[in-house]
Amino acid sequence: MMLVSVLLLAVAFLALGTGALAAGTQPPWTVAVYGGALLLAVVGALVALASLTTGTVDEVVLPLGLPRTGLRFRLDGLAAFFLLVLDLGAVVACLFALGYGRHEPRPRRVLPFVPAFLGAMHLVLVADDAFAFLFTWELMSLCSWALVVSRPDTAENARAGYVYLVMAGLGTAALLLAMGILAGSDGGYAFAEMRAAEREPWLAAVAVGLILVGTGSKAGLVPLHAWLPLAHPAAPSHVSALMSGVMTKVAVYAALRLILDVIGEVAWWWGPVLMLLGAASAVLGLLHAILETDLKRLLAYSTVENIGVIFTAFGLAIAFRGAGLQTGAALALTAALLHVLNHAFFKSLLFMGAGAVLEATGERDMERLGGLIHAMPLTAAAMLLGSAAISALPPLNGFVSEWLLFQAILQSPAVDVWALRFLTPAVGALLALAAALAAACFVRAYGIVFLGRPRSPAAAAGHEVDRWSLAGLGAAALPCVLLGVFPGPVIDLLAPAVATLTGGATLATQGGQGWLSLVPVDPAHSSYNGLILLTFILVSGSLVAFAVHRLASHRVARGPIWDCGYPDPSPATQYTASSFGQPLRRVFGSVAFSAREQVEMPAPGDLGPARLEVHLRDHVWTMLYAPVAGVIDALSERLNVIQFLTIRRYLTMMFGALVFLLVVVAVWR
Amino acid sequence: MALIVELLAQGLQMAIVLALAPLLTGLVRVVKARLLRRRGPPILQPYRDLLRLLRKDVLLADNASSLFRTAPYLIFAVTWVAAALVPTYALGLMFSWSVDLIAIVALLGTARFALALAGMDVGTSFGGIGASREMMIASLAEPAMLLIAFTLALFAGTTQLSGIAAYALTEEIGLRVSLLLAAVALVMVAIAENGRIPVDNPATHLELTMVHEAMVLEYSGRHLALIEAAASLKLLLYLSLIACVFLPFGMAFGERAPLPMLLGLLAWIAKLGLLGVLLAVFETSIAKMRVFRVGEFLGGALMLGFLGTLLLFVSRGM
Repeated sequence: MMLVSVLLLAVAFLALGTGALAAGTQPPWTVAVYGGALLLAVVGALVALASLTTGTVDEVVLPLGLPRTGLRFRLDGLAAFFLLVLDLGAVVACLFALGYGRHEPRPRRVLPFVPAFLGAMHLVLVADDAFAFLFTWELMSLCSWALVVSRPDTAENARAGYVYLVMAGLGTAALLLAMGILAGSDGGYAFAEMRAAEREPWLAAVAVGLILVGTGSKAGLVPLHAWLPLAHPAAPSHVSALMSGVMTKVAVYAALRLILDVIGEVAWWWGPVLMLLGAASAVLGLLHAILETDLKRLLAYSTVENIGVIFTAFGLAIAFRGAGLQTGAALALTAALLHVLNHAFFKSLLFMGAGAVLEATGERDMERLGGLIHAMPLTAAAMLLGSAAISALPPLNGFVSEWLLFQAILQSPAVDVWALRFLTPAVGALLALAAALAAACFVRAYGIVFLGRPRSPAAAAGHEVDRWSLAGLGAAALPCVLLGVFPGPVIDLLAPAVATLTGGATLATQGGQGWLSLVPVDPAHSSYNGLILLTFILVSGSLVAFAVHRLASHRVARGPIWDCGYPDPSPATQYTASSFGQPLRRVFGSVAFSAREQVEMPAPGDLGPARLEVHLRDHVWTMLYAPVAGVIDALSERLNVIQFLTIRRYLTMMFGALVFLLVVVAVWR
Repeated sequence: MALIVELLAQGLQMAIVLALAPLLTGLVRVVKARLLRRRGPPILQPYRDLLRLLRKDVLLADNASSLFRTAPYLIFAVTWVAAALVPTYALGLMFSWSVDLIAIVALLGTARFALALAGMDVGTSFGGIGASREMMIASLAEPAMLLIAFTLALFAGTTQLSGIAAYALTEEIGLRVSLLLAAVALVMVAIAENGRIPVDNPATHLELTMVHEAMVLEYSGRHLALIEAAASLKLLLYLSLIACVFLPFGMAFGERAPLPMLLGLLAWIAKLGLLGVLLAVFETSIAKMRVFRVGEFLGGALMLGFLGTLLLFVSRGM
């Protein structure tokens, strides 16, 4: 029943998208499309919530798709949880788009694809056979690609679209091969048959690798992240919010579903590998973000970090499962899933806030922004909350998932594997580093954009955005507080999703803990209570404010800036985004990016300006992407000859291919 | 009845950390002055400074935003709450379970986040330089602190500070390498986090060497008083943390009885005094380092914390 409503919703989304093809460029069309999508997403969120609370498992087989298999869909706890994330993210983004979308220069390139994109993601989450999964996955990729290239004005956006298309193609190809391995020679393409099938360990390990390439490239896992900071910012901001906040989560879902549920028995060593990849993503993503001056690209790099945190928890869960510690796996997966939900909210909030800034000033370059807290007080307040939440500061939500992950790491000495003994502390250290770097990154982003003095006329002329956009920002900001203060009920809510992956093990029910505390393992071991913390801070803060204002002084005088007595009226004397990042670049950049600084001082007496040049190298790009692209270029150059053969030769080639395939089949069987 | 006693015990700690924090700052200043053969200000001078600042009007820059005006209250409240939740004279106070060591580290991160943003609010180069360097220092000190927390948690089997102190009090521990590493790292982090020499100089107003002072340059009156008080509270917090984890002698635990609590209180004050004097001696005997050497200093703390954790991980089950 619930599954049927999800499918109907998805169809309705796709129909809305198709209908929007006929849409005009007038604002009422925009309102109709986003309003419709908003309503559908609200219904979808309610359905997902109902499914999570009742814990039902639904299956549907439609007489379409592959022969013998049919088109299969299934809704269980895991799918329902991700549906909830998807629909909540969609609600927030559509609410924002009701206002923001009206300023779209080319609405006909955006309107049809947003609902279709949402519909496709709904279908991915409930797909239950290889064909349904791959088809909807590709539909999701193509819709998002269309949105990435919706503004092909600049060469940068066109390149982003190209790189994204290549990476999406690579990802789907890897998933296709993985499905082939999982289906085996008998061709059991339904997930149920794949679950039941016996396969050799090495085949399973290869399949896991291919799945990680496929899903990791969509989620932005290092080293497959290179497209993400290009493509996510190129789309309109509410779509960037959907891509970063939600689509990467669909990829996380696919990884969890295929690896932990469909394959099931995973070699334990994939755990440490994933932990390392995740921790590397977390740190590398943030180091990129700290040096980035484009606001939206900074946010995209921070997505790489958060995906890294999620995959680290995922890897930890595999390691725990390999050692038979299902409760440890449940703790790690709870941390991962909670972070999925948290990140969906704060990253959507931040991308939409960046969109609001872009709308108000026309600028994405942080070096030309500043002082927006005066012109956009409400946007600034929401962004402050989002920046604090993503920096894992208590009592907000980002801290809760980070804390749970640290608790999971502290459980890991129980895993009796030598490699993990060395690795887990290192991964913990990298995550701790990432948490601290995130705070530095977002102090920089927020401080440069919203505080200080305007660095350009455009920033000085900024204005507050419309009410719908503000409603969207508020709707994304509120959960950042609520999830931080009341994490218990949410953790209970996602227990069915965790149980799907751990063979039934979940955390202890949090609802019954005293004072709404969070107690992951044992009250004597660790507990955290955001509610008490928030109450304490609010009460003591207001008490102090009251006492100081009442008993001491409450007068305020305004004067010029002090600045040690020599204030300079030019805003160019402020710290810029680059200068804020300089100490961090000095400390970390020389290792991570081979950063080199070159200062050219004019000769004494020469009045010419001095020059400072900074050279950074993106090792992932130069060591991995550039060589691969070079090899492909060279190969295609060689193979180009095939385009110009006679028909006789083509027929010979077809015959040869047929013989080859028959030989392969004969040997395989 | 028991609830009232518990509430009182918690309230007492909340009041007493606030009351003692300026005294600790005064003590460190006096000892430093004496070591330099100066007479120095009276030990109660920080109280007088705070009262004087509180009575003065606030002079705000023309373009200071609401964030600039609310940040001091937030910074003070968060630091105060964090200091009130670190066990000082007694273990297992009423709300001590609501945050663990990891959360206390993160709470101080919240205060720092607010302070760094406030430093950037007016848009001066000093505010920016302070905020940027503070976040650079924090980006190394915070992970080091988390690794120390890991070491202690693996050691005692809990991340609760009360639990760690109780473990250290009741179990026979002896000399342990990882604890030693963690202790050294914690001292290094405490020095960096509180902006003491050799990382930062709390007494300087020389532009290029300031970190903390550069951020609060635009503050005046009651706002400055709150930020100064928060800085004192943070110093008290870190010294209490060191005392609680590595010198837990005399802390009251179990049933609430007046005598052990009084003893615990005296022991805690004595420990604070001792650590304060040691800090002053250390600060006078070392020179301030260049800002970019701080990375190496804190990188050392990070590696020590990491080694401590690693040793515990490796030695488990052998």
